[in-house]
Amino acid sequence: MTMPDHASILPLMVEGISFAAQGKALLADVSFTLQCGGITAVIGPNGAGKSLLLRICHGLLPPGEGRLRWATPEGLVEGRKRHAMVFQRPVMLRRSSRANISHALVAAHWPRDDRAARADAALDRFGLQELAERPARLLSGGEQQRLAIARAWALAPDVIFLDEPCSQLDPGATRQIEAMLSELERDGVTLLMATHDLPQALRLAKNLLFLHRGHLLENRPAQAFFAAPETAEGRAFIAGELLW
Amino acid sequence: MDIGSAFLAAITLIINFDPQFLGIIALSLQVTLLAVLLAALLGMPLGALLALKRFPGRSLVIVVINTLMGLPPVVAGLLIFLLLSRSGPLGNLGLLFTPTAMVIAQTLLVLPIVIALTRQIIETLWSEYQEHLMSLGQTGIKAIPTLLWDGRFSLTTALLAGFGRASAEVGAVLIVGGNIAGYTRMMTTAIALETSKGDLPLALGLGIVLIGLTLCINAAIYAASRLGANQAG
Repeated sequence: MTMPDHASILPLMVEGISFAAQGKALLADVSFTLQCGGITAVIGPNGAGKSLLLRICHGLLPPGEGRLRWATPEGLVEGRKRHAMVFQRPVMLRRSSRANISHALVAAHWPRDDRAARADAALDRFGLQELAERPARLLSGGEQQRLAIARAWALAPDVIFLDEPCSQLDPGATRQIEAMLSELERDGVTLLMATHDLPQALRLAKNLLFLHRGHLLENRPAQAFFAAPETAEGRAFIAGELLW
Repeated sequence: MDIGSAFLAAITLIINFDPQFLGIIALSLQVTLLAVLLAALLGMPLGALLALKRFPGRSLVIVVINTLMGLPPVVAGLLIFLLLSRSGPLGNLGLLFTPTAMVIAQTLLVLPIVIALTRQIIETLWSEYQEHLMSLGQTGIKAIPTLLWDGRFSLTTALLAGFGRASAEVGAVLIVGGNIAGYTRMMTTAIALETSKGDLPLALGLGIVLIGLTLCINAAIYAASRLGANQAG
């Protein structure tokens, strides 16, 4: 595990986040602390608010109420945002794989003379070098998601938010993504990942947040949750009886 | 008068490298391409801005620009004429009846097309890229370079539409250029003149050359953008 060369933006303290749209409460008073290291899975039925919670943590949406407190102001270190996000459907720019990474580095004000080396490092790190010159949008779904993760990694984030990164992938591609996530974890990157795939959460996650209808019902070590959920909703969810 | 003699006239004009004829073609291309270039430089950033910025009256601006896509060339010509005529606000520049005036008039015609189509293209692209670009801190104006570059293949179509409008119109350049032989005579104004003089073969010949040139330019740009789009996915 490599130690970060800068002050960590973690822990992230999420304090009483609520979010409503059209009078409907989508998140209600969600509080937790994201500690440094490991994979935390956000699970829950459809519409529980998993994606929304990630977007608010990443700053794509402002919370209706409550606030986020990073260890450094706004999760910035030396003016650079130290958290990144990977979406369910990877957004691929109409450029080569390498140019997709370079673009992110330019946008993040990565030092000009190090951009090419950094893009190559990201491709090498995840074995994507042979895709470097291929147009990113012509890659397979699995390749696109691997590139999206490499692109996020290139920005040297302390935290990566992942919104159902495997939900549109076949089992083979899912295995590759999971291997990448484990490597990121070993590198010391903290991951907060929404997933509706319980076996995946069990395989990967150290901690677990269980959301149900906008409420955070359980925040526990993953093993403990799967062994014995504390709430009736948690038990019903594991039993596959809680669909929304 | 038949098509055959028109073709003959066209081929004769081309083969003979008639300097006056070549001058007309060169001026037409210069004026139209320059107008499209100016409209692109102004219209693409403006169109992108209109796609991304929310401000009061935005819908009205969009409707007005969409309407201006159908601005009659003679009206555009008249506006520029009033602007540049000796008693107009820019009269002392002495631009009336010069190729510069023709470029200005055609830019005015092409600009709404470029702005309107750019806005549509960039809006669609933004809805696709929004979350990723926001994640990277590229919001608002900062996203424009990325979006214009990634929309480059669709945007060429917008420019082709603009080019088509400019190369086909006669009213605006006739009013502000004056159709002066060897100075402001373009293909379309020459066709109008030759037709009214009764020299139909020459007029048709010019028409065939005009269509041929437009075809070549469209084919070249279309092929280039298809090739690029296929390669970029």
